[in-house]
Amino acid sequence: MTNMTTETRFAQSGRESMENTAAEGYNFAYLDEQTKRMIRRGLLKAVAIPGFQVPFGGREMPLPYGWGTGGMQVTAAILAPEDILKVIDQGADDTTNAVSIRAFFERTARVATTTRSGEATIIQTRHRIPETPLKRDQMMVFQVPIPEPLRFIEPSETETATLHALGDYGVMHVKLYEDIVAHGHIATCYAYPVEVNDRYMMDPSPIPRFDNPKLHMSPALMLFGAGREKRLYALPPYTRVVSIDFEDYPFEAQRQDGVCAICGSANTYLDELIVDDRGTRHYVCSDTDYCQEHAGQQGIRA
Amino acid sequence: MNPALNPTPLADETAASTLPLLRVNQLTRLFGHEKGCQDISFDLYPGEVLGLVGESGSGKSTLLSLLSGRTPPDRGSVQYRADHANWLDIYEAGEARRRQLLRTEWGFVEQNPRDGLRMSVSAGANIGERLMAQGARHYGQLRETAIHWLQQVEIDASRVDDPPRAFSGGMQQRLQIARNLVSKPRLVFMDEPTGGLDVSVQARILDLLRSLVRELDLAVILVTHDLAVARLLADRLLVMRRSRVVESGLTDQILDDPQHPYTQLLVSSVLQA
Repeated sequence: MTNMTTETRFAQSGRESMENTAAEGYNFAYLDEQTKRMIRRGLLKAVAIPGFQVPFGGREMPLPYGWGTGGMQVTAAILAPEDILKVIDQGADDTTNAVSIRAFFERTARVATTTRSGEATIIQTRHRIPETPLKRDQMMVFQVPIPEPLRFIEPSETETATLHALGDYGVMHVKLYEDIVAHGHIATCYAYPVEVNDRYMMDPSPIPRFDNPKLHMSPALMLFGAGREKRLYALPPYTRVVSIDFEDYPFEAQRQDGVCAICGSANTYLDELIVDDRGTRHYVCSDTDYCQEHAGQQGIRA
Repeated sequence: MNPALNPTPLADETAASTLPLLRVNQLTRLFGHEKGCQDISFDLYPGEVLGLVGESGSGKSTLLSLLSGRTPPDRGSVQYRADHANWLDIYEAGEARRRQLLRTEWGFVEQNPRDGLRMSVSAGANIGERLMAQGARHYGQLRETAIHWLQQVEIDASRVDDPPRAFSGGMQQRLQIARNLVSKPRLVFMDEPTGGLDVSVQARILDLLRSLVRELDLAVILVTHDLAVARLLADRLLVMRRSRVVESGLTDQILDDPQHPYTQLLVSSVLQA
């Protein structure tokens, strides 16, 4: 694991080198103001109807679909010059996708960025919700690959729209039933469907089901953007979010078999590493920021 | 139904069974001249099996989708007696209510089981889907019910976790029947339920259907072009030709003494084995 910078880094410092390069000729945060307005209108509607998928006119972004274009458009639309941005991919701040998206907004919006969950005002993510509890003044932005939770069983968009409109969600349990048939337990471990505000079925994007309980009654605003499918949805703060289940197979967040090899945490989501060619396994926190902080508190150098 | 045939009927039971379950009035949907169906009116009683017979293109399947709430008519109405004496006009009721009817009190058995089953999920999930849609949330009970219904349609209980694509055509059709009957419907629509099956399998399914219909006191509207199927299952027949009903009456009466020239042709064209 690399020794990462943990201080909040202001793009100001790199301004000289960028002044006349990438950001030149681009609007603040890349998208033009009318596009950002259009996305914000969509987001307002999404917040007003928790869990409902709002179509929006998704733009081409300078990176391929599947790399976070939906999340980036949402971030661009809500970003203000005084915001502090954190971007994570698989919980880590130092993976390619996270580094690229962070650099993108450093260059096009010149906003401050950070790796500290507690300091960020906007956290863009693909797979995780940080272990550090979120606060009221924070916003989560999720990059969503497939926004439609009913898609696996119903390929038709008109039909899924009708099922949502009528609240006809019986087929969702068919998926869980099949899991139990095949595996003896509910084996869906990411994108685990949730019912929002006792109304809409929602795909919480590919977060592990370990993170599902963090959606429920979260004090932070959560915004979801799907770039390829051009859909927005949202969880306003303090929304009821229930992971669907069976009476005799209740929802259970994943339990981990080990503790973090770096910081010793036993209650975080862990990545499994195979460290030699005899199959020795180590576990480390997937949330790098939390891991460093926790290690620091115990005087361990991560 | 003739109440006189029942020696000691309870007063309200007689009242309920002498009221129709479905009232169809002047039902019309045309796609072109004599294409579709027009001016169809009839009553269907609880426990009665009504056969719709006629040649290809005579409007049988159009009529079935109008009756089952799948296609809105140009004019006319379909009324369903949801409970004791409350009539529900299914096209005024709204889509939510129609869909709810179709997965609770009604069933629909498609000619091709692939259209009526979810081919990618197990037989048990196929049977349990209606119950889950109605709010059943206990896996153990859902599975028990699925096994019970597999046995009802003569499929081995050990096949409960197999997907329907691993089943033979006849088994798929029986699974489709189980999937529909699990919600204890009062009315089942069937579109050529034995259409694509070989003769020995047909016979077995007809036998099964006949006993289930009697056992569960189902009302059935059955589309078929096979008069032998109609003879075996149906109490009453509507003969359709060029979008209209040309003759209606008791099955034996129509098949043994057809009045309309077209019905006479239809009956005489059946090969005598």
